[in-house]
Amino acid sequence: MFVNRKAPHGTIYALEALEVVLISAAFDQDVSLAFLDDGVLQLRQGQNANAIEMKNFAPTYRALEGYDIEKLYVERESLEERGMSSDDLVVPVEVVDRNRMSELMQGQDVIMSF
Amino acid sequence: MQFAILVNEAPYQHQASDSAYHFAKAALEMGHSVPRVFFYMDGVHNANRLQEPQQDDRNIVRRWSQLAEEHDVDLVVCVAAALRRGIKDEILAPGFRISGLGQLVEVGIQADRLVTFGD
Repeated sequence: MFVNRKAPHGTIYALEALEVVLISAAFDQDVSLAFLDDGVLQLRQGQNANAIEMKNFAPTYRALEGYDIEKLYVERESLEERGMSSDDLVVPVEVVDRNRMSELMQGQDVIMSF
Repeated sequence: MQFAILVNEAPYQHQASDSAYHFAKAALEMGHSVPRVFFYMDGVHNANRLQEPQQDDRNIVRRWSQLAEEHDVDLVVCVAAALRRGIKDEILAPGFRISGLGQLVEVGIQADRLVTFGD
């Protein structure tokens, strides 16, 4: 499981985390992504990063399905704290509460957190 | 137990490199193995041999090189993250090598635990 906790821009964590996710697709593993804290903003639709001369890489999350990476979990509390709902996201995800997210993490062999 | 280590922050600015080093050292002293330390994001700066900290300070880069020599730890720097930050073969400290993210995923699968040090 890849845990994404940072906003898409401002630091490079989100972008370089996504690069690891794409590489991991080649290893035939059961890959899932978790989005919590400011990480939920990575999936926000309608982003436009032109003004800061950054690439808007949010559409790449839509391409993950083509790599057989289909398990995307978003923490409900993190969404709500930021006034968001699953309707604001670029991809269909499973919204889970904090306890369920904890259970999902418990079940993983390897967690990489960015 | 086999511990793989991921370092995501540059040395000196952030404690992650120090903590990762001390973790690796402690694990090895307790009889565990550390097959690989993978350096990603700003962590790639850990491989830059041009760093010259003051005499009375720890030398983080040299410490990694010594760890690699004494315990046969594979120090791998991500090529994409390294090129983005000007880390190239000609400035690599002893014991480091540049390779792909596949090395991170591979050791994550192989090792018993993958421990991440970063923000």
